[in-house]
Amino acid sequence: MSNLLSRYADAIFWLARYVERAEDLARILDVNETFSRDSQGAQNWQSILRIYTLAERFREQHGEPTADAVITFFTLDDSNPGSVVSTLGAARENARTLRPLISTEMWTQLNIFYNRVRAMSGDELSEPRLARFCATIKEGCQTHTGITEGTFYRDEGWYFYRLGRNLERADQTTRLLDVKYHMLLPSVDQVGSPLDVSQWNALLRSAAGYHAFRRIQPSGMTPADVAGFLLFHRRFPRSVAACIADVDTQLHELRRSYGLDGGAAALERLDALRARLSEATIDVIIRRGLHQFLDDLQSEIGAVTFDLANDFFGTRPVQAAQ
Amino acid sequence: MSQRQEQGSRGATALVERPGLLSNYVPGGYFDEYLGLGDATDRSVRALLSRIDAMDPDILRARAHDAELELYNFGITFTVYTQKDAIDRILPFDVIPRVIDANDWDHINRGVQQRVAAMNAFLGDIYHDQKILKDGVVPRDLVLSNPNYRPEMEGLDVAHGTYVHINGTDLIRDDEGRFRVLEDNGRTPSGVSYVVENRHLMLRTFPDLMNGLPVRPVSNYGQKLHEALCDIAPQGVSDPVIVVLSPGTYNSAYFEHIFLAREMGVPLVEGRDLIVEDDHVWMRTIRGPQRVDVIYRRINDDFLDPQAFNPNSTLGVPGLMRAYAKGTVGLANAIGTGVADDKAVYAYMDRIIKYYLDEEPILANVETNICREREGLQYTLDNLDKLVVKPVGEAGGYGITVGPRATKEELEACRQKLLDRPDNYISQPMIALSVCPTLTGDGIKPRHVDLRPFAVTGRDTWVLPGGLTRVALREGSIIVNSSQGGGSKDTWVLE
Repeated sequence: MSNLLSRYADAIFWLARYVERAEDLARILDVNETFSRDSQGAQNWQSILRIYTLAERFREQHGEPTADAVITFFTLDDSNPGSVVSTLGAARENARTLRPLISTEMWTQLNIFYNRVRAMSGDELSEPRLARFCATIKEGCQTHTGITEGTFYRDEGWYFYRLGRNLERADQTTRLLDVKYHMLLPSVDQVGSPLDVSQWNALLRSAAGYHAFRRIQPSGMTPADVAGFLLFHRRFPRSVAACIADVDTQLHELRRSYGLDGGAAALERLDALRARLSEATIDVIIRRGLHQFLDDLQSEIGAVTFDLANDFFGTRPVQAAQ
Repeated sequence: MSQRQEQGSRGATALVERPGLLSNYVPGGYFDEYLGLGDATDRSVRALLSRIDAMDPDILRARAHDAELELYNFGITFTVYTQKDAIDRILPFDVIPRVIDANDWDHINRGVQQRVAAMNAFLGDIYHDQKILKDGVVPRDLVLSNPNYRPEMEGLDVAHGTYVHINGTDLIRDDEGRFRVLEDNGRTPSGVSYVVENRHLMLRTFPDLMNGLPVRPVSNYGQKLHEALCDIAPQGVSDPVIVVLSPGTYNSAYFEHIFLAREMGVPLVEGRDLIVEDDHVWMRTIRGPQRVDVIYRRINDDFLDPQAFNPNSTLGVPGLMRAYAKGTVGLANAIGTGVADDKAVYAYMDRIIKYYLDEEPILANVETNICREREGLQYTLDNLDKLVVKPVGEAGGYGITVGPRATKEELEACRQKLLDRPDNYISQPMIALSVCPTLTGDGIKPRHVDLRPFAVTGRDTWVLPGGLTRVALREGSIIVNSSQGGGSKDTWVLE
């Protein structure tokens, strides 16, 4: 039997990440459309550029961030590596190198999906239709996830797939929260206003979390409640804590089941991250600054990726065993 | 042919009289794969003809469109790169299969086996004792100064004496329906993935066409290839680690590389996944380096090992030749097989078969005049306006003079070149390719076809029943290459 090629492990990890990223980007664009109208109905699409640190790049290429320009930039612009179409293209390229390994159905769906999105024209996403575009993207990504769940052979590759998907999801949930942070810096008189509440509501819905939230909290909604839910709730599949816990568990299991030496550094970091997430309280975090906390989480997630790449993806020179 | 006694249960529409789809089909003087030189005699072929004849043209066209769409969606494609974009193209697929009856297949099967045996014997000889050169059957300089001759292989023993593990023999049929070899492909012949995928596609989209006909299956190619590769594992290795080595996703045959790896359930690696250390080949895995025992490489000799061959290659594996020479890894095909399928050596193939096997060739070459020999040159000069003159060192159709289509000046220039360097040329008569019914924009019409059967050899040789049928989709064209309007067909070998 052959062990999993390092290059394949790398490609599976990133295949999962890119598909998850495309789905979450669609969620963020969707929710931003709601947020970007202030009480006067004016539009502001700058925050989304900021959370992906793309404001400067955008300005160089396109000038003033009008709604249409920003939407195109994040959806169909293939010169922006962070657009939906580029992200799906990267997912497809990884799937292409993985075709000997993944199921034919996984490949076929992603190939058709990507070709469909690539062939879309700007008309299909001018503002009234942005919601429909986002729905199409979410649905395509979720179809991929379902096919993968139902057809992908469960060996080492499957673990790398789940590591990638959950790390990306954790990262993207922090960004989703950050959109809100950038839109409404907590100014005391606005907290609890009708506009504020409707926006937190939309944020939850974009993460498919509104009904779950209502089950644990039948009435009332404060910003702290929502942020706490998205960060810490154990049973909500998109919360940062749930994703990190899953990554931690999967990595433990991967190493145990296949007797691998690699992954120790990532585990150490994950254990610390898990502890931090279980000890923190949302009130303290908001007092100290939610944005800073989210930033820290993002850089820790990046560091875990770096550790995994070091140990498994062949970024270190290989010494032949004797 | 226009009888439609079959499928009587087509309901009311069957009552409407309409001329059969094949009622105007005329092979036009060429040998026809269905009708031969007259009418079909094989019972299965006749049954198939009446099924095709009874089809509704619009429905047939719609189903043909669905079949091509499926190829695209499944990614059974080759990639064409422009400056700006990467475009996935399918090999156009014609839904009317090519049929080969049991007798013809038996002939092809034996002929291909014989040819592979002769090529392997020839390679074993020229890399060891060189008897055939000493006996003057093949000119010494033709072999030793051939760019595909690899001195690195001299004196090396390969398992079972097999150099050409995967071979593709390009066959055509002349006016009388005789199969003839146009070319041998003993390096890294491609196309077998289309053979198998075309069959899957036909089974999904035209199950009614094949229903009840005794068509031999092609789906065990991967298993047979895997067995042959196990046969060439280094001594003492019982459960070898096998890999397929590809130049990568940018290679136009990448789909085929995927196909091969999947059919055998082995990793598809690239040069960067492999390292040579301690004269062994290792691949980089999540558990660290793992020994590799057999490599089915789809990279040409030149690019295989920058230490031994082209030093600029970034696709290869430095040190691979060294490991191979030590016998720690099996390679398919062996290095240096290009000298056996070269155009210059091709001309001697009939003699090579007789020399090693003491047999008459079962599949003859296209009649070839060797201009380095006095009679061949004289005949060529006397019949320039009827012959195709080919330089032996060039690839891709460069430098060819087609006598019947050349101007006086071109013929004169050709004559001069022949006199200056006769050893650089061969000549052949104009070849007529057989035709096969093919769906065109203008109904079902005869189009020219060739055939590439694939042979797999470890300890023994096995020939995949069928092969890749390429079809020139343009009217009158005999060029079957995909880059010039060629497509492919499913190939049905009947029991």
